[in-house]
Amino acid sequence: MSGVLDILGGLLMVGGAAFLALGGLGLWRMPDTYTRIQAGTKATTLGTLLTLAGIGMIEPGWALKLALIVLFLMFTNPLSSQVMARAAHRAGVPLTPQSRGDALADDEGRAAE
Amino acid sequence: MTDTSLPRRAPPRLAALRLFATLLVFWLMLNGSLASDVLVIGVLVAAAIVLLFSGSFSVLSGHRLTPDALIATLRFVGLFLRELVRANIAMAALVLNPRLPVSPALVKLRTGLTDPVARLLLANAISLTPGTLTVEIAGEWLFVHWVVAPTTDPEEATRAIAAGFERHLEVMYG
Repeated sequence: MSGVLDILGGLLMVGGAAFLALGGLGLWRMPDTYTRIQAGTKATTLGTLLTLAGIGMIEPGWALKLALIVLFLMFTNPLSSQVMARAAHRAGVPLTPQSRGDALADDEGRAAE
Repeated sequence: MTDTSLPRRAPPRLAALRLFATLLVFWLMLNGSLASDVLVIGVLVAAAIVLLFSGSFSVLSGHRLTPDALIATLRFVGLFLRELVRANIAMAALVLNPRLPVSPALVKLRTGLTDPVARLLLANAISLTPGTLTVEIAGEWLFVHWVVAPTTDPEEATRAIAAGFERHLEVMYG
């Protein structure tokens, strides 16, 4: 038990929690499905990474397993958010009226509903 | 996601060796131990998986193993981590801004990458960087949702979103 690592780990976890909280706030504030997916699934990426790094500081013996978890997160997180966004777009979920354009809808030959 | 007909770079034996090494490293990381029983089981199971499935795992086969490619890989990871931190802070500032100044757009990018795994990594890197989210891939075209889009022009969007990652991926997957 080294005090410095414990404090550093605690700080990292607090930072991670802060980013996760901001992700939640973004989920609530964003105007449409796509921007919500962005805030909710990805403002949290750094939050999770920091939290896991903090755990690694406090329990150095877990570092390798934590590194694996990070690796899996980094592969599955973008895939799941991409699939959700694609499903939403295919189901015809509209972009917020603030949007500046929808190249995918244009390419598919239908107006952005 | 359609072109699977691209020539694979690595010869089969090398690809099998890489798959074996990757599986073994994962197993050892998961166990966090180099005890002989763990090692023996890992070697046996990894060898069995390679014998049964080496033809169907392609994730690693396109990656080059030259020193250049390894440096590019490190640079790619470095660039990615830097972008991740920068974009997360930008996203946090956006969410905390009372006016919520978003100007979203679904923009189109063209990638010069031909290797399917390189394209996958590009799409994932774009998705993991907050503010941009890959929605659809069609051949060389990527459709990216952008929370604060300064432009909807494909050329400029490609430069802004993809060019940095692409530069390294091009070296990694030649």
